[in-house]
Amino acid sequence: MSEQPTTASGPMPPARAPVRASLFVTCLGDHFYADAAASAVRLLRKLGVEVDFPQAQTCCGQPAFNAGRDAEARRMAAHTIEVFSESEYVVLPSGSCACMLRRFYAHLFHDDDLSAQAADLAGRTFELAEFLVRVLGVTKLGRGLEGRRIAYHHGCHALRELGIREEPLALLANAGAEVVPWEAAEECCGFGGLFSVSFPQVSAGMADRKLDTLAAAGEVDFLTSADCGCLLQLSSRMRKRGQDLAVRHLADVLWEAAGADS
Amino acid sequence: MQIHSREYPKRARRGGDVRASVTGATLSFDARRRAAFAGVAAEEWRVWAEGVKTHLLTHLDRYLEEAEAKLEANGARVHWAGSQEDVHRILSGIIERRGARRAVKGKSMLSEELEVNELLEKRGVDVLETDLGEYILQLLEQPPSHIVGPAIHLSLDEIRRLYHETHGTELDATPDELAGVSRLILREAFLAADVGITGGNFLVAETGTVALIENEGNIRLTTSAPPVHVALVGIEKLLPRWSDLAVFLQLTARAATGQPVGNYVSMIHGPRTADDPDGPEEVHVVLVDNGRTDVLADAEAWEALRCVRCGACLNACPVYRQTGGHAYGAVYSGPIGSVLNPGLAGLHAAMPLPFASSLCGACEEACPVRIPIPELLLSWRRRAAEAGMDSRAKAGLLKAWTAVATRPGVYRAAGAMLHALPEPVRRVPLPVVGGWREVRKDPEPSRASFRDLWREGIE
Repeated sequence: MSEQPTTASGPMPPARAPVRASLFVTCLGDHFYADAAASAVRLLRKLGVEVDFPQAQTCCGQPAFNAGRDAEARRMAAHTIEVFSESEYVVLPSGSCACMLRRFYAHLFHDDDLSAQAADLAGRTFELAEFLVRVLGVTKLGRGLEGRRIAYHHGCHALRELGIREEPLALLANAGAEVVPWEAAEECCGFGGLFSVSFPQVSAGMADRKLDTLAAAGEVDFLTSADCGCLLQLSSRMRKRGQDLAVRHLADVLWEAAGADS
Repeated sequence: MQIHSREYPKRARRGGDVRASVTGATLSFDARRRAAFAGVAAEEWRVWAEGVKTHLLTHLDRYLEEAEAKLEANGARVHWAGSQEDVHRILSGIIERRGARRAVKGKSMLSEELEVNELLEKRGVDVLETDLGEYILQLLEQPPSHIVGPAIHLSLDEIRRLYHETHGTELDATPDELAGVSRLILREAFLAADVGITGGNFLVAETGTVALIENEGNIRLTTSAPPVHVALVGIEKLLPRWSDLAVFLQLTARAATGQPVGNYVSMIHGPRTADDPDGPEEVHVVLVDNGRTDVLADAEAWEALRCVRCGACLNACPVYRQTGGHAYGAVYSGPIGSVLNPGLAGLHAAMPLPFASSLCGACEEACPVRIPIPELLLSWRRRAAEAGMDSRAKAGLLKAWTAVATRPGVYRAAGAMLHALPEPVRRVPLPVVGGWREVRKDPEPSRASFRDLWREGIE
């Protein structure tokens, strides 16, 4: 066995290879927030991350999982595990889908051959803001949000399942933004996947409470969140109500924070 | 227990009538709960309480026998009731033997579950609810809509109008004046009652003590003024030790109303004795199963039996807030109801309640005994899906989606179509997603898919 190289102050750290991350864009991200996902790629590259995009990726399977259709969810999860089996990290512009890989795949494969691979993928999976802060150790991206008043919507899975609360807020505030406190900031927007279709009035009422309390918090430049589903729900309901407020994906806002002139 | 949850989707559509009252009340309860737990080591309390209840449920047979022995040693009569019919038979026996004509009741969800008022009325017994909220609902012939605040779906003005019509008070009477009118009626009833009926928040096995938490003093009177007290206690309400009670009383009050402890805590050990001449001549404790052992035997449902009926999950639930409790069509509403009802009354009867949640997790976070409600909801959803109880259209859509999402080529082609199709074609309504369009604008797809942007090269 060869000796570990050392320096005067202790063992020499291994040469630091660039961090490699695969983007899991998610189905909603792919088709409804494509520009924001592109911003995520630019941001990660700017921070020195080598980003790849496995072409065979599809859906994480959460719609089926939430509907109690585990057989279908397992097939999509197995596909996703296979697609990202070689990835050093998997980064998602979605707290909810990140949660599916991190927390719920374990439920799907708890008595299965794939359980070890599911656990391995869970350990490599991160929501974007969480990845920046917890893995890359970056809390200051730039001062690109100077003077902006921003409302942040906490997606439920990111907040309550993954414990992501301060990470996005810190990234926004450190870029010069004022993150405006808001009564229902941590409440569910009412999306809940197929819940929004099965119980439309309840779902819309939940969105309305978010939007009403947001309006009461004073003028903001825009509303942002790390979850495509929540953003679709809130913006679609907002347009129905005739409420005029910009809604932007967090990835897009963080790219601006980094000083981009987008 | 009767359940009418099948109507949930229809009732949920009309939820708007009570939304303002329910939202105001639950937000206020929820804020008080948070404040009350901010002052203590909340997480340690919750983990400890979860452990005590889990231990209790794991050794329930032993603790039930210990409780029975202690209660009987204290002079109380213990009855075992497997079903609602058993409870009715036991109550009928007591009523007949005592020739009871008038009963007063303390607030009890279990008595709602067991349809006790219906039985008493059938037996010719005048029964009066003595909790103010329950009294109001009795006048309105409505069931409670919330575990702790049974009448939170009503506005003050609705109650003013009710009292104006039934008691002749002014339309602008203050809450104090309305309470004063109720107090006069209730006081007479306490003194005239032949029997007092309550539930039980806890039953301590070690000492044979039924503990009751309340704020109005009506339970204190219900358990002490009439010559007979009957306590209906679900078998999951036991606590092993007397010392457990000290924490559970505080935990439950904080979770329910944000109080450090309820205004009144009654601890009933048994009837009056020569040394202790106050209280009723007879105390009966009815230990009620009514489906609970089936839930206990269910590996994916039993954790719901830790529930202390504090209502914190209802107060934290954004879905409950939209409709109030009546929409659920069951005695137990809100998140805990949606995981308890399928176990107690059967999944078929409780459909579609396990689906009436966005799985946001606020309930689990609020629960003082850490019941993993979203996980339990998902378990019921799996069983509903397996049994074909869920929407066929949804099942078809998800099967089709899975077929697409496990074939990357097909998935890519379908995605490309979304961006290529002109808007009017995209808008062709799908039966499953029609619910989206009812209340929202269509989401607007990006100008191109991310895949296309990646292929073109992201600079």
